[in-house]
Amino acid sequence: MPATIAVVLLLVIPVLLTIATTFGEAGGPFSTYAAFFKSGFRMAVLYRTLQIALITTAIALVVGFITAYVIAQMPGRLKSIMIIAAVFPLLTGVVVRSFAWLIILGKNGIINNVLMSVGLIGEPLSMLYTQGSVIVAMVYLFVPLMILTLVGVLEGIPRDLIEAAASLGARPVPTFLQVILPLAAPGLIVGAVLVFTGSFTSYATPQLLGGEKQMMMGTFLYQRAMVTFDWVGASTIAAIMVVITIGVVLIMSRMARRLNPMAV
Amino acid sequence: MATRIHPILGAFAILVFFFLLAPLVIIVGSALSDTTFLTFPPQGLTLRWFANIFQMEAFRRTAITSLQVALLGTGLSLLIGIPAAYALNRYRVELPRWLSTLFVLPILVPEIVFGFALLKSITIGLGLPVFISLVVGHALLILPYSVRVVGASLASFDFSIEEAARSLGCPPLKTFMTVVLPNIRAGVIAAFILAFITSINDVSVSVFLTGPGISTLPIQILAHMEQFFDPTIASVSVLLMLVTVGVMAIVEATLGLTFLTK
Repeated sequence: MPATIAVVLLLVIPVLLTIATTFGEAGGPFSTYAAFFKSGFRMAVLYRTLQIALITTAIALVVGFITAYVIAQMPGRLKSIMIIAAVFPLLTGVVVRSFAWLIILGKNGIINNVLMSVGLIGEPLSMLYTQGSVIVAMVYLFVPLMILTLVGVLEGIPRDLIEAAASLGARPVPTFLQVILPLAAPGLIVGAVLVFTGSFTSYATPQLLGGEKQMMMGTFLYQRAMVTFDWVGASTIAAIMVVITIGVVLIMSRMARRLNPMAV
Repeated sequence: MATRIHPILGAFAILVFFFLLAPLVIIVGSALSDTTFLTFPPQGLTLRWFANIFQMEAFRRTAITSLQVALLGTGLSLLIGIPAAYALNRYRVELPRWLSTLFVLPILVPEIVFGFALLKSITIGLGLPVFISLVVGHALLILPYSVRVVGASLASFDFSIEEAARSLGCPPLKTFMTVVLPNIRAGVIAAFILAFITSINDVSVSVFLTGPGISTLPIQILAHMEQFFDPTIASVSVLLMLVTVGVMAIVEATLGLTFLTK
C-alpha cells in the first residue's frame, strides 16, 4: 500500500534517524542523555513540562467530566447547541486561541484593566510568562477535546443501569461513584491520554504565553534546533519526548482495557 | 443516560461555556477597536484592521500558501488513506496487526518531533523544496484522520454488495468508484474536513518547514505577534474563525454535528 510506504519512508525512518544521531557522539552512545539528565536547566524544563501537562490533564478531567455529564442529560436541541459551542473552539486554531489569552492576561489586558479600574491593584500585575498563564491557556485548549470525548462515552451508558441502581435504593452519590464513574473510566483514560500528550508536546501555547521563562520541551526543542543549531541536543530532546509520549499511551491504553467493566 | 441535574452542576457547566466562548468574543471585540493597540471592550468601532490585512502582502501570501498546502495535503492524504482504510477493512484477517498501528503513528509521534525530523531528512537531507516538504508533512500529519474516519464508515459497509458487482463483471476500479465510494461518502467528507482544519491550523510541523521565502498563515501570525501587538492579529483571527464557522456549516449540512462525539 502506498500509505504504508509513505509512513515508513517519511515518518518512521526520519524519526528513527533523528534519534539515531543521539547515539553517535564522541563521549559514548549515551553521553548526550547523560548530559541532559545531569543538567539542572534541562531537567527543570522536563519537570516543568511534566508538571504543566499533569496539572492541565487533571483540571481538564474534572471540568470536562462535569460539563460532559451535564450535556449528556440535556434534551436534544439544547444538547446540540452545547456540543456546537464546545466544537467551535476546538476547530479554531491553537494560535488564535492562545492569542486570546494574551489580550486577557497582558499588562494592558482585560483582567489588569478591570482590577485597576476597581482599585484593587495600583499597578498592572504581570501574569504573562508564568506557569499559571501557560496552564490557563492549555486548559482552555484541551477542555473541549475532553468534553467531546466524554459526551460520547456518557451517552453510551445505558439508562437502565442508572434506573436499576436507583430502584434498588442507591442514592445519587453512590450511583455516581459505583455505576457511572467505572463505566466512564475507559473514556476518562482516553481523554486523559489525549490531553496529556497534547499538552506535553505543545509548542505554540508555551511559545506565546510562556516565552523564554517558561520553556517547555516543545519550545526547548525548537530553540535548540533553530536558534542555537545544536541538532544533537535537539534530537536528544526529541527522543525523550517520543519515549515519554509512547510510554504514556501504551501504559494507559493497557489500563483502559483492563478497567473496562463492560468487557468480559 | 438521563437523570435530573443538580443546580450546582448546571451552574458549573454554564461557567465552563462562558470560559470557552468569552475569549473568542474578546478577539472579535478587539478586532473592531478603533485604537492602535489591542483592547477590550473596543474603543470606537472600525473595520480598518480588516482592510489593513488585505494591504499586508505577507498575510495574503501566507494565506494562499496555507490554502494550497491544506488542499494538496488533504487530497494527498485521502488519495493514499482511502485505499489503506479499504485494505485494512476488506482484508482484516489476512493483514498483520501492526499495519493498522502504523497508521496511528503520526498521532503518537509528537508533531514537533515529526516536524524536526522532516526538516532534517527531507528539506535538508534530500534537498526538497520547502513547499513540497510542507505538503508532504501535512499529508502525513493528517493521514490518521483519513484512515481512521474513512475506516469507520467502511466498517459498516457490506462488502457483499461489492462482490455482487464484481461477480456481475464490473471491473475492480469501477466497482470501487461506483459502488464502494458512494457508500462511504460521509466518512470521506468528515475525513476531508478534519484533515483540512488540522492542516490549516497547524503550527508544530510547519514551524520547521517554513523558510524566509515561504510560510503558512499561523506561522506568519506568530511572527507578526512577536513584533506588533495591534488589532491586525485580532482581525486575522476573526477571519480564521469565519473559516471555522463555514466548515461547521458544511459539517452540519452534510453529516450533522453530532457525528463529532461519536
